[in-house]
Amino acid sequence: MAMKYNWDWSIILCRSPEEEPTAAVEPGTLAPDATSAVGGGAGQFFDTGASCAQPYFDWIVSGVSWTIIVACAAWVITFSLGSIIGIARTVDQPVVRAVATAYVEFFRNIPLLLQMFLWFFVVPELLPEDAGRWVKRELPLPEYWTAIVCLGMYHASRTAEQVRAGIESIPRGQTQAGLAMGLTQFQVYRHVLLPVSYRIIIPPLTSDFMGIFKNSSVALTIGVMELTAQSRQIAEYTFNIFEIFTVATLIYMVVTLIVVTVMRFVEAKVRIPGTIAMGAD
Amino acid sequence: MFANFDYQVILDNVGILWDGMLITFLLTGVALVGGIIFGTVLALMRLSRFKVLSFAAGRYVDAFRSTPLILVIFWFYFAMPIIGLQAIGGLGSVLIAFTLFEAAYYCEIIRAGIQSVTRAQIHAGQALGLTYFQTMQYVILPQAFRNMVPVLLTQAIVLFQDTSLVYVVGLKDFLTAADLVAVRDNRVVELYAAAAVVYFVLCFASSLWVRRLRRQYAI
Repeated sequence: MAMKYNWDWSIILCRSPEEEPTAAVEPGTLAPDATSAVGGGAGQFFDTGASCAQPYFDWIVSGVSWTIIVACAAWVITFSLGSIIGIARTVDQPVVRAVATAYVEFFRNIPLLLQMFLWFFVVPELLPEDAGRWVKRELPLPEYWTAIVCLGMYHASRTAEQVRAGIESIPRGQTQAGLAMGLTQFQVYRHVLLPVSYRIIIPPLTSDFMGIFKNSSVALTIGVMELTAQSRQIAEYTFNIFEIFTVATLIYMVVTLIVVTVMRFVEAKVRIPGTIAMGAD
Repeated sequence: MFANFDYQVILDNVGILWDGMLITFLLTGVALVGGIIFGTVLALMRLSRFKVLSFAAGRYVDAFRSTPLILVIFWFYFAMPIIGLQAIGGLGSVLIAFTLFEAAYYCEIIRAGIQSVTRAQIHAGQALGLTYFQTMQYVILPQAFRNMVPVLLTQAIVLFQDTSLVYVVGLKDFLTAADLVAVRDNRVVELYAAAAVVYFVLCFASSLWVRRLRRQYAI
């Protein structure tokens, strides 16, 4: 496989090329004048303003920030809505259960990308005229809000299933014991079922969050400049696709690793003492 | 709202949409079969006694599972021509991307399936004088796959939906075809609604079928 490719990490590592620390870069492949236009001495090693003539580092930072903002905001919707719907799927009232089931089936069986389009292009048309105009004309950063709502509601259907599974995994005797003690249905959920089931479902909830984090990349189709969108843009500007996609992939992997580690810690922290099975699966 | 909903534009473009659906089916089929085959290999590697194999398979799975599918598609779509494989083309590189990506997910499902078969079965196979591969082929994998069928099919429904992401590189799958018509004829509401109905009906029907299958397979 004849590979003619000039590795050039300097487009991403915002440093003067003289100080290039990457051993893998062959001499002569660096863009000589692009990044060292100003001085380029040792004194400007980290001076991103002067020694970095290219904006790509800042683009990546901006992309990572937007990915995290969109994912976290969407997760707030996912967690609250998913909890409500998950609980609604376990209550006694058949109507409530049916509505919650319909929500889950609807959002689970349409591709996320299409839901993004529906929220962005179709929903404003279906709203009452004034509200539709407001969404289309006056809402600041419409694509970001759309992405957050869409991701949040899409993943709520998945989280709802986890919440439901968590509640259903608790033996029925506990509910009956609570009711026998005179607790209301609300109190049974609040004091008996939910404290245990949320502890059980921490691992699946973590992977749900990772799903939101990764799926935030789908928002690039409606113009959200998150990490994947920024890296594609840099790839199209520079053609240094290996460097930029490697960096983007590594960022995704590192964030995943951090979240998984933190959640493992949280899981150990909230474990109910004396239970063996808690959080085992 | 739906007062001026134009059904005609959908009927007029059924041909284009059907061609798109064929691409969607092709992507799903290839990624499903390729993913399961490669996923089985990866799962056997992960469960292998040889540290090198299990380590390599583990990192492979971690890498693909923590990367967004769109980024994986970009990787292959943009990288293939640069490493000198222009001949593969857009569809080819996306097929490879999907297969490798799905393999990581199928690996985890298949690994769980293999581990659900009791250890005594392996010992029984060995006691009968079967080699490692014979034990896997005739004893373990048939049972494992039987346990896994519902989960594999659920993942296949997810995959079917995920194939719509080829939109980002402009490959004409079902959703991209609907999008093209929507923009060309300025009929966004109609086309997206129609696409949503088609996806919903297909996915919902298959998930009901999988649910029935799950009940049948349940012991």
